[in-house]
Parts: sequence; C-alpha cells; structure tokens
Amino acid sequence: MIKIRGLRKFYGGVPVLDGIDLDIEAGQHVVIIGPSGTGKSTLLRCINFLDHADEGTISIGSLSVDVSTATPKQIKALRLATSFIFQNYALFANKTARANIAEGLMVVRGWSKAEANKRADDLLQMIGLGDKGDAYPVSLSGGQQQRVGIGRAIAADTQLMLIDEPTSALDPEWVDEVLQLLKRIADENRTMLVVTHEMSFARQIADKVVFMEGGKIVEQGPPEQMFTSPVDPRTRHFLRKTLGTM
Amino acid sequence: MSVFDLGYMVGLVPVLLKYVPLTLGMASVSMALALVLACLLAVVRVVRVPVLNQFTKLFISFFRGTPLLVQLFLFYYGLPQLFPSLTAMTGVTAAIIGLTLHFSAYMAESIRAAIIGVDRSQWEAAQSIGMTTAQMMRRIILPQAARVAAPTLVNYFIDLIKSTSLAFTLGVTELMGAAQKEAASSFLYFETFIVVAIFYWVIVEVLSFVQQALEARLSKAVAR
Ligand SMILES: Nc1ncnc2c1ncn2[C@@H]1O[C@H](COP(=O)(O)OP(=O)(O)OP(=O)(O)O)[C@@H](O)[C@H]1O
Ligand SMILES: [Mg+2]
Repeated sequence: MIKIRGLRKFYGGVPVLDGIDLDIEAGQHVVIIGPSGTGKSTLLRCINFLDHADEGTISIGSLSVDVSTATPKQIKALRLATSFIFQNYALFANKTARANIAEGLMVVRGWSKAEANKRADDLLQMIGLGDKGDAYPVSLSGGQQQRVGIGRAIAADTQLMLIDEPTSALDPEWVDEVLQLLKRIADENRTMLVVTHEMSFARQIADKVVFMEGGKIVEQGPPEQMFTSPVDPRTRHFLRKTLGTM
Repeated sequence: MSVFDLGYMVGLVPVLLKYVPLTLGMASVSMALALVLACLLAVVRVVRVPVLNQFTKLFISFFRGTPLLVQLFLFYYGLPQLFPSLTAMTGVTAAIIGLTLHFSAYMAESIRAAIIGVDRSQWEAAQSIGMTTAQMMRRIILPQAARVAAPTLVNYFIDLIKSTSLAFTLGVTELMGAAQKEAASSFLYFETFIVVAIFYWVIVEVLSFVQQALEARLSKAVAR
C-alpha cells in the first residue's frame, strides 16, 4: 500500500504540486492524465526524490518518509522501493544493454555479477532483445532502448514502478511494441503509477485514473467512470479536447 | 672544420637515451597521480562538497596562477626550511609532487567541464536506481566524461613530459639535466640542445600518433 499525503513542491514560490493526496493499492495501476505543465512528472520525480518536495509524506509499505526531513538513508530506501521509466529512456550510454539491467542489481543491491548478468539475460529474452545483450544504447532503436529501460525497471522487484510518458519520445513506429510490453508486465501484478497521453493505453491498463491540473488532483476514479462520465468540468474539458468526444 | 660537429651529435644519442626512462617515468607517475587527483577535485567542484569546494577552488587557482618553476622551487628549496624532515626529499620526488599538483589543477578544470557536459538524464537514471554519488561518478559519469576529456588530457600529458625538463633545476639528472652536463664539458651547446630537442620532439610525436589512433578507435567503438 502506497500513501502520499499533502505533497507540496514549489519552484520560486510557485506551487507546482499543491497538496497531493494519493493512495495506490498493491498491484494497482494508477494512470495520471492532465494538461501539460500541471506537475505530473514532478509528482513522479518527487516520489523517487529526483526532485525534493517541500512538504508532505510518502509511505511505501512500512517505509514512511516526511519529505521535509528526509535523510539520505530514507531517500535511498525510497529509491530502492521504486523504479523509474523515463520518457527519454536514459539508458547508461557507457553500458551495454545487459549491463544497463545488471548495474543496479550488482552495484546497489549487492547481487553477484553472475547472478545479475543471468537476470539481465533472462529479462532481455523476455523483452525480445535476447540477441542485443552486448549492444550499446546508441546502436539500439528508440523502441529497443525503452524496452531495455523497462527491463532495468523490473530487474529488481520494486514495490512501485514510476512510468513517465514512456512512449512520447518515440517515433510512431516504435510506440506499439513498448505499449505491448508495458501491458504484459502490468498483467504480472506489478504496482504502477503511469503518466501518459495515450488514452487507449490508459483505458486498457488503468485500475484508477487520476486527473491533475495546476498541481492538484482534480478528480479520480475507475477508468469507466473517468472516461465516460467525469464529474468535474475541468476533466470533461480536458477529455473533450484530448479524445475529441464527449 | 664544419659548422657543427655531426659525429658528436650521433655519439650523444646513446648517452642521452639512458635518461629517457627517468623522464618518461617521472612524467607517467605524475600523470597517473594528477589524473586521480584531478578527478577528485573535479567531482568536489561539480557536487559542490561544502568546505572542500572552497578549498579546491583556491588550490586550482593557486596552481594555475603561478609558474611551475616557482612551485617546484617552493617544494624543493622552500618547504624543507619549514619542515626539516623534508630535507631528505629527493629532487625526483619534489618534481613529481610539483608536476602532479600543477597539472591536476589544469586537468581538474577540463574534467569538470566534461562532467557538466554529461547529459542530465545519466545522473537521474543513476540516482533513480539508488546509486550513491560516488558510485554514480565512478561507474556512469566519469567514464563518459573521460571520453570527452581524453584529447585534452593527452595534450596535458604532452605538456607534462616537456615540463619534466624543469626538474634539472632541482638537480635531477634527467634528459635535460644530462644534456646540460654534456654541453658544459663539450662546449658544444648548439649540438647538444638540438639533439635533446629532437628527443622531446620524437617522444611527443609518438604520443600524438598513439593519441590519434586511440581517438579513431574510441569514436568507432561507441559513436555518440
Ligand atoms: N527545474 C524547474 N525549475 C522551475 N520550474 C520547473 C522545473 N521543473 C518543472 N518546472 C515547472 O513545474 C511545472 C510542472 O512541470 P511538470 O514537468 O511536472 O509538468 P507535466 O505535468 O509533467 O507536463 P508535461 O505533460 O508537459 O510533461 C511546469 O510549470 C514547469 O515549468
Ligand atoms: Mg511531464
């Protein structure tokens, strides 16, 4: 169970996250939608402490962190409990595909090199890149890079996957293979917090849809309700613009 | 009688050749130490480690802002006056310390620039999987920065090799020191110093060749 309470983040006095309260059940897939610049990425980044929020608490399982007093140890614990999939893949440019997946297991989680490489090779097989273990990111397509990014994020079983617009940097031809893979791993009972503009994908994997605007959660609910009969006019407006319906 | 003594010059080659190992040895040891120190200094600057960052700035400013020769004299002749135990320090040791500190200051700045040039996403990916700053630097950031900084660092190495000639002012008989002694007894200054110049020149040319070969290989291996 993941609980976020009263999360606030300011840039130059301006609130970018303005009191976020969010619950995510184990195994649940929560999809965040909303207009550009409303703090969706910032929320994900604050949970992983890539950005430091100013107020609020983040609880993942038995770990509870007050962000304003977070110690390096707590930050590390949060990072170990979560994994991040980046919009621009962010694979380590100096590491092979295999090493990208094995690196965290080996260096941070203390696996032996043999164990970590074995896990990496199994995952590469699973994501359909069994023959690309020795390839450097630069020689992979965007879609392949993002699949390795997904492999890196599931290499250790974290309690929450943070996924920020996984396909929006991709050429259209690669979008589908990445979404297919994400759907597959979603079926493996993983807990996910996903930001996406791919509405049909959102509808397919979401157990809960959250609409954010202006650093606040405006409305949340099951996908059937959110996509067909949202209550708040701002949600309606956004969906009408995005989906061209309603 | 010819304008200059070719026979003497040819005879000088094997004599001076014996001193090449010391010159290259001093240069290599200084370079290795300077690289390690420069990486530490650069990381301190980039990560802005409190207190150390201020000290590092001052260190870099001093060693870039004063002549190498002055620094060498300061270490070899100056410090033993304050710390008598240092009287035992040999000229070679003093030269290595001086060259290390001097060149680490320069190299720290180019490594720092290269670190800053590494894409932000590389830092974030490393942090997101829970790496410590030291792990991130050593395994992800510095290797990528090194590729960018490599040509500049080789240039500093070339400069460093030539700068070892200053060690003769500390009484070290390296290439330049040996040449100085030969010239003093033969009075054939032009011949002696043209030969020693060619020695340095050849060493640097060989290194430049290696540098180019290395760069070609690097850019092929992982083009970015
Ligand atoms: N480092 C920063 N300094 C100042 N302002 C920032 C910084 N990072 C983000 N912001 C601001 O915070 C707000 C939220 O940004 P964020 O990236 O979280 O939005 P988003 O909802 O993910 O948008 P998008 O859909 O375009 O990705 C924006 O107004 C942005 O300009
Ligand atoms: Mg975003």
